[in-house]
Amino acid sequence: MNELVSLLAATVRVAVPLILAGFAGLVSERAGIVDIGLEGKMLAGAFAAAAIAAVTGNVWLGLLGAVAAAGVLGLVHGFVAITQRGNQVVSGMAINILVSGLSMTLGLAWFAQGGRTPPLPPGARFPELFGQDVLVWPAFLLVPLGWWVLSHTSFGLRLRAVGENPAAVDTAGVSVARLRYAAVLIAGVLCGVAGAYIATAQAAGFVRDMTGGRGYLALAAVVLGKWRPFPTFAACLLFAGLDAVAIRLQGVVVPWIGQVPVEFVQAVPYVMTVVLLAGFVGRAVPPRAAGTPYVKDR
Amino acid sequence: MSGGAAPLPWWIDYALLPLANLALALLVAGLLVLATGQSPLTAVAAMAQGAFGSGEAVGYTLYYATDMIFAGLAVAVAFHGGLFNIGVEGQAYISGLGVALVCLYLDALPVWLVAPLAVAAAALFGAGWAAVPAWLQARRGSHIVITTIMFNFIAYALMEWLIVNVLIKRGQMAPETRGFNGGGLLPGLDRFLPLAPTPLNPAFAVALACLLLVWLLIWHTRWGYALRVVGASPRAAVYAGIRPARLVIQAMLLSGALGGGIAFNEVMGAQHKLLIGFTGGYGFTGIAVALMGRNHPFGVLLAAVLFGALYQGGAELAFDMPSMSSDLVVAVQGLVILFTGGLGLMLRPAFVRAFGRS
Repeated sequence: MNELVSLLAATVRVAVPLILAGFAGLVSERAGIVDIGLEGKMLAGAFAAAAIAAVTGNVWLGLLGAVAAAGVLGLVHGFVAITQRGNQVVSGMAINILVSGLSMTLGLAWFAQGGRTPPLPPGARFPELFGQDVLVWPAFLLVPLGWWVLSHTSFGLRLRAVGENPAAVDTAGVSVARLRYAAVLIAGVLCGVAGAYIATAQAAGFVRDMTGGRGYLALAAVVLGKWRPFPTFAACLLFAGLDAVAIRLQGVVVPWIGQVPVEFVQAVPYVMTVVLLAGFVGRAVPPRAAGTPYVKDR
Repeated sequence: MSGGAAPLPWWIDYALLPLANLALALLVAGLLVLATGQSPLTAVAAMAQGAFGSGEAVGYTLYYATDMIFAGLAVAVAFHGGLFNIGVEGQAYISGLGVALVCLYLDALPVWLVAPLAVAAAALFGAGWAAVPAWLQARRGSHIVITTIMFNFIAYALMEWLIVNVLIKRGQMAPETRGFNGGGLLPGLDRFLPLAPTPLNPAFAVALACLLLVWLLIWHTRWGYALRVVGASPRAAVYAGIRPARLVIQAMLLSGALGGGIAFNEVMGAQHKLLIGFTGGYGFTGIAVALMGRNHPFGVLLAAVLFGALYQGGAELAFDMPSMSSDLVVAVQGLVILFTGGLGLMLRPAFVRAFGRS
């Protein structure tokens, strides 16, 4: 019983950044902007949060910095994808690689600890609320909120329309560019919060590439959730649960099976996503205009 | 939006614009160095010295450039078919398995026999790892970007398990295979030529040969022409009697095979054993190399040497100036991808205004 409770608690902890980043990807892609830069934006958030919390001792200022850093990167992605009509995959990859190098470079120069930020004292990390880390609550509230906004508000409906048929939205007199910029900004902000959670709630400071591929995992969750809020949330929980199980299975000999190769458990989300994309089990159809820059004067 | 597609003299599109984009990326990198409290000019001088200052430095630069050539060609070939292969990293990683198996089990043979077998294994394993995403893209319409990302992670998991549980040298903790012996050791180029001893090895010659072969293939064969048509417009290709699905698969197999060159250079040529994470992100650097080289083998060569110099110079820089991280090179890669790829046409309207024939 205790084992089950601790497994669920671990699942919740792992799920928080996945949900935040997953919804970032969801909002962006539903608006027609492919975002493989979730990883980089989260990492930027993690670094900014840890660096600012280390200097000021205030975790909330760190959160603010994380949101600002990742938000700016979101706008950079928007500038490439919307204003310059550049390749969105290239831009996302550029952000991932840039931040991976940038965080280590600035970290070493500013803190002289091999790229890490100084370890944070308990006061400079997020407090708990109702027995859970305080950021757990907004992350889980984001799910119904995101669903409601996307399916019941005019902003959400327009956002989705702009990902399916931007020309129609344009004809209706609504700015395609503005909606898409709003989407990339929201995505940036959510990634920033996710990064702050990783560096200043889960961990006590920044270390190299500490997001560890969770941005790509969130992307997989969006695909597995077929670009819809509740299924994406379910995929995030599933991936988090697998991760929690994998960590507990490390080095454990299970009766009949023997030692479970943890690496295989960790690869399950990626295999599932590929199988779904292959279209043998269900069909994952991305938003129709995803990845295509909108050109007005055609 | 005027000037987006207006014609310009070729030397602007193929030389001036890429150079201006590169300059922009390096300018931002310079600002980044300033933000760390160092002088960008001192950093550039230290890097240039570290990359080209001695015979040894040049050897290391070309050794890194070898990886960059393979990675850049792999990405470029896929690009010509309109495919974005983010999976070069995973394909090269799996290729390492092929190279290691050949070197571990056949090292009783002479090296001139083992080396070609290792090259073949590298190409075969790399192509094999690219085959599933390729087939899914061509036949099931699954987006190659997502599937190759997923295959990278599956490759990490598989290789970690294999190295830690199966291939590891008995009785040691470090997750690596035993060192290769005899025929599994590819001698450095310094054994054949009057060079300083560095990890530069015959894989460099293989890389140069691949540059030439890819150039011939893409620009001087019917297949290359068909591939470029598919990349430019799959529908036009269908009308021209070309079957895009088949070319997509073939281009991806070739791309994966080229990525395997990284494994040949690293595993057999330099480290002489299979290590976890030996690919070191070079597969991703290939994106920067291909974009900067405009997917042309000659451009890839120039970009590969530049990035080889950045890697080698960056390592020396971190040694000379302890507050500078060698990860600066990774940031520069990101900037190059951003400015020559994502924002590659940002400056073009200005050039059209300056040079355009109206």
